[in-house]
Amino acid sequence: MGLEEKLPSGFVLTTVEQAAGWVRKSSVFPATFGLACCAIEMMTTGAGRYDLARFGMEVFRGSPRQADLMIVAGRVSQKMAPVLRQVYDQMPNPKWVISMGVCASSGGMFNNYAIVQGVDHIVPVDIYLPGCPPRPEMLMDAILKLHQKIQGSKLGVNAEEAAREAEDAALKALPLIEMKGLLR
Amino acid sequence: MSGNDHHDEQRDNGVPAPRADTGEVIGVRKGMFGANNGGDTSGYGGLVRTVTLPGATSRPYGGWFDEVADELEGALEEQDLLPANAIEKTVVDRGELTFHIAREHLVRVAQTLRDDPALRFELCTGVSGVHFLGDKGRELHAVYHLRSLTHGRLIRLEVSAPDSDPHIPSLVAVYPTNDWHERETYDFFGLVFDGHPALTRIMMPDDWQGFPQRKDYPLGGIAVEYKGAQIPAPDQRRSYS
Amino acid sequence: MSTPHATPRATTEGTVYTVTGGDWDEVVESAVKSDDERIIVNMGPQHPSTHGVLRLILEIDGETVTEARCGIGYLHTGIEKNLEFRNWTQGTTFVTRMDYLTPFFNEAAYCLGVEKLLGIEDQIPDRASVLRVLLMELNRISSHLVCIATGGMELGATTIMIYGFRDRELVLDLFELITGLRMNHAFIRPGGLAQDLPPGAIDQLREFVKTMKKNLPEYDKLATGNPIFKARMQDVGYLDLTGCMALGVTGPMLRSAGLPHDLRKTDPYCGYENYEFDVPTADSCDAYGRFLVRLEEMRQSLRIVEQCIDRLAPGPVMVADKKIAWPAQLALGPDGLGNSLDHIKKIMGTSMEALIHHFKLVTEGFRVPAGQAYTAVESPKGELGVHVVSDGGTRPYRVHFRDPSFTNLQAMAAMCEGGQVADVIVAVASIDPVMGGVDR
Repeated sequence: MGLEEKLPSGFVLTTVEQAAGWVRKSSVFPATFGLACCAIEMMTTGAGRYDLARFGMEVFRGSPRQADLMIVAGRVSQKMAPVLRQVYDQMPNPKWVISMGVCASSGGMFNNYAIVQGVDHIVPVDIYLPGCPPRPEMLMDAILKLHQKIQGSKLGVNAEEAAREAEDAALKALPLIEMKGLLR
Repeated sequence: MSGNDHHDEQRDNGVPAPRADTGEVIGVRKGMFGANNGGDTSGYGGLVRTVTLPGATSRPYGGWFDEVADELEGALEEQDLLPANAIEKTVVDRGELTFHIAREHLVRVAQTLRDDPALRFELCTGVSGVHFLGDKGRELHAVYHLRSLTHGRLIRLEVSAPDSDPHIPSLVAVYPTNDWHERETYDFFGLVFDGHPALTRIMMPDDWQGFPQRKDYPLGGIAVEYKGAQIPAPDQRRSYS
Repeated sequence: MSTPHATPRATTEGTVYTVTGGDWDEVVESAVKSDDERIIVNMGPQHPSTHGVLRLILEIDGETVTEARCGIGYLHTGIEKNLEFRNWTQGTTFVTRMDYLTPFFNEAAYCLGVEKLLGIEDQIPDRASVLRVLLMELNRISSHLVCIATGGMELGATTIMIYGFRDRELVLDLFELITGLRMNHAFIRPGGLAQDLPPGAIDQLREFVKTMKKNLPEYDKLATGNPIFKARMQDVGYLDLTGCMALGVTGPMLRSAGLPHDLRKTDPYCGYENYEFDVPTADSCDAYGRFLVRLEEMRQSLRIVEQCIDRLAPGPVMVADKKIAWPAQLALGPDGLGNSLDHIKKIMGTSMEALIHHFKLVTEGFRVPAGQAYTAVESPKGELGVHVVSDGGTRPYRVHFRDPSFTNLQAMAAMCEGGQVADVIVAVASIDPVMGGVDR
């Protein structure tokens, strides 16, 4: 991207990280990606009572090229999947994805031929937001959690290090079926 | 105004009730609880029942149904079309009038229903496909509901086609509203509407294989894994139907 | 590529063209020569000014739309197929998610169909029918509000959007109070309702009617006489009665063409014949007329809501037939809404038969005699028809929804061709299609 990617690791880089994170989280531009029921709740969140403008997010961009957050609000059909991926690819880095509602997160109640069983099959997801549809308060909570994540995001060599750690953790992670939990 | 009331009336007159068409057999149900996988420990495993749809009704149908049937038959006769050839049977069930139409005469019947001043079914509410796997030789049914705003009536036309020859004439020329409806039914059931201006897929992607809402097409769900458990897709679970 | 305005220059990395400005005359000349000035424009499937994931394919000659087509199916969910693998009561959970702006209409139409198949239309308690009407009319208000709000937003009038969502929240508060959910309620069930009104609901309903009576005129003040609003809406999206009838268009679009056709009047269900209300019409056949019809329909809905409140008499909200009615009352427990603890105590502690009955009805569901039925309700968008087929089992054999948005959206081509590009948005907004209903 820019100069910050070439900084040596250390005090300067972490300071730049903090500044960049603060700037980025304070004005996230969501792309309008309303698909189904959740889209209506997303619009409600932007409207008067819940007022996303308080978090610097009221500007929903029509063009993905001007947006850095994709809120996948609703069920993703097999026909929509390539379109969704294309819109994601058109967004400039850094970019984040919130998977809003159970349909986007896991297919939800529509476990059938038409629906992609989780948008994470197509794009990497940062925040999974349950609910059918999630209340506006839940969406705001997800957005605030995403802001925390953006604030803590790394740059340059630190980012490479973080990516490596995430990769290692993912490789070591236990598959769901082998987990011990509610049912075993 | 169900058909049974009229049978009772006729029986009261001392005339034996006419033997009604028993209706299409659409399936056979075995056992007590409708579970089709796993053993049946209820002792009713040998129970076999056939499922039939309501059969043909004999006249009088009751209410304005007779008037519509008379007018339709009269209008078809005027066009030198023998009503018995076009209307396979008439079913009155749950207060609804259904004409089963031979598919080769569908367009003529629909045109008549729309244009005849005594009928005037101006509004077609589209076509709904039904796939009766058990109704051998006429598996695919296309169901049309016609509404008359002039007279405030609603009737149903039912047309069937075999799986081996899934062709039904298109009604787009008579009711342009059926354009998308027929495309949808084609998309989901593979029913080919002959004469449709552009019969292409509408809901599924263009390169989709198969017709997803047919009964022999699986639901397509996947098993869900959750912390040590695997829950099968809805169509793979033990069911009671 | 080598023209006087794009001179090539060889470099170590290949040929580089330096493009300079062309002569305007030459540009015009070449444009005239290539007689193909038409551009195909794809709007969507993801576009800020469309209703959900609708794809519009427009052929444009300058600013004029010469051909317009819709691409739909981007939200196809397979709900009709999913219904075939759940029992009849569970079906309401699915149908409510079809047209997500009109959940109560979907549920009511489906439940009326199931009740017709069961032959229990006459046994539905009066209170259940009145509450169904009440919920549907509140839903009509919220749906029309979204239509007007998003329609305004698509014109660039964000104020209308803020107003619309403000008032929609008031309706959703009522829904939440009554059903526990803001959207996707699954509250109307075959045989009646899931639950009775909670305490205090009547007062809140009255309060709401009072507030809405104050708020509705604001739309009049804001939009009805607004010259910019009128200039954008009048004579746009023209579709006359002939076009409506041929294309099977119903609802506010048909009424904006002057025909007062409303299923609540012509083919009453849920006891609509007992309510006093008018069917508003307009004769302008355009987007502005539809806006006026919707505005007036909201006022009429408020009238019906008031009558519903007055008609509410104490009584059951579910059929008496224990073979159909859900065995338990719902109650709020420490872990959320569920079967009431008294009921669980009874079936677990005292009555084996009640336990068996509960188990059978909840896991297996009730059987519906083989046959088919068609029921239709007047949804905010038009005639919402449901064709239900049963094979005598505990699950639907086939359920087909004739969604008004789906049918009305076909009229898009007839309304947009020959008009301006900017008017396409207005025309589509005046159809008020909801893609969840269109694609199902």
